[in-house]
Amino acid sequence: MSEALHSTAPEPAQIQLTQVVKDFGKTRVIDHLDLSIPQGQKVALIGPSGSGKSTVLRLIKGLESYQQGRIEVDGALVTAKSPSWRWPGSKKPPVVHRVGMVFQQFNLFPHLTVLENITEAPMRVLHVSREEALERAHTYLALVGLSHKASAYPGNLSGGQQQRVAIARALAMRPKVMLFDEVTSALDPELVGEVLAVIRSIAHEQQVTMLLVTHEMKFAQDIADRVLFMEGGRIVADGSPRQILVEPDNERTRRFLNLVEQR
Amino acid sequence: MNLDYAFAWSIFPDLLRGLLVTMQVVILGFVLAVLLGLVLAIAQRSSLRLVSGACKAYLSFFRNTPLMVQLYVLFFALPSAGITLPAVSTGVIGLGLYYSAYIAEAYRGAIDGIPKGQWEAARALDFDTATTWQRIILPQALKPMLPVLGNYLIGMFKETPLLAVITIPELFQAAKQVAGMTYRYNEPYTLMALMFLMISVPTSLLFKYLEKRTHV
Repeated sequence: MSEALHSTAPEPAQIQLTQVVKDFGKTRVIDHLDLSIPQGQKVALIGPSGSGKSTVLRLIKGLESYQQGRIEVDGALVTAKSPSWRWPGSKKPPVVHRVGMVFQQFNLFPHLTVLENITEAPMRVLHVSREEALERAHTYLALVGLSHKASAYPGNLSGGQQQRVAIARALAMRPKVMLFDEVTSALDPELVGEVLAVIRSIAHEQQVTMLLVTHEMKFAQDIADRVLFMEGGRIVADGSPRQILVEPDNERTRRFLNLVEQR
Repeated sequence: MNLDYAFAWSIFPDLLRGLLVTMQVVILGFVLAVLLGLVLAIAQRSSLRLVSGACKAYLSFFRNTPLMVQLYVLFFALPSAGITLPAVSTGVIGLGLYYSAYIAEAYRGAIDGIPKGQWEAARALDFDTATTWQRIILPQALKPMLPVLGNYLIGMFKETPLLAVITIPELFQAAKQVAGMTYRYNEPYTLMALMFLMISVPTSLLFKYLEKRTHV
């Protein structure tokens, strides 16, 4: 289905899921899913709750294990095996950071300032210098419009501000793929706009591949190149925002959109 | 109650020597308990059955037998197995092992209280396990731990009279000796009680202050 859009792309997909199966106990949440996303594409995942949208994102980040199939990002296999112990000070293999993720609940580190939240990972994981980490932090804080909050603690920020810091934190790792997991669902309605604006500007200015799980249909239509409709752990519709959101030919998609519309 | 201040003053150095021994044992024992407790709390979460099982056995043994019994075992049974330690070291190890079991449980509670999202955020940023513990989990777990640690430290301090049974010349022992030699009880025991107070009250205030200062 998606081939219509990107059949001409000769290079291998950046994100490739092949026949992936994920069970939670006896419940099958992802059912032989195939998905291939080329570099730079902005993809919105929509669908009813429990359809497996968030699980797809979590699988791509390696936060969930899966029972069958194969997940690759930039040709590297993704698994949920936890990173191993090492002795402090021992030589570390270089970390290749490919995938950044932003969560519904922000998950900022409450004991660190906004600035430290952003500099921590580049310094500890990518081993960039302190100056470089600070420079990155200030760049991305400016991008999300929160330069004046650099020394604040997350507990003193609004939900919308916390989520923008979380986005800056993820971007400071210079990921090739950004995953947004219902990033506005936990926000008060008046704070949704500021977060969507930040994501929109990233979508327009950055080369990063984006995968968003969202219930904001209007927003999805605005920024996405491609919309996936999921149900029961499968992708049941895949196409341009226009095909899926405006002129859905799939009965289930239509019903779902009507329900969302009525909220 | 009649207190002879001149006499009290004259026995002060003896009691002070006892107090210093007590504090030495408590501080070293506390450091041992805090470090070992941390190791136990982390090892308890290990996916290796052997490691987590050994931890559970350790915790269950040290929490379900009296400290006095453990001290006796350390002091009398170990030498018969060829391991001889000075009394003070035995006291440090005894207190440390016993309290590490309790402190490990407190750590476990504090660590379990860290939201799952913190682990996931660390994973999402590709932190390795050691960095996640060191930079994200433990600093947050420590804050609710502070009052608990303070209570255990004071608790340890108050348990030290038990150490007299393994011949450690701590404060209680010193007071008893003075009383035994002079047949005067009011002054040494009152002075001893005051010394205990002098240490525990500021300690509890210190931990309250530390708790307030930590930002979470």
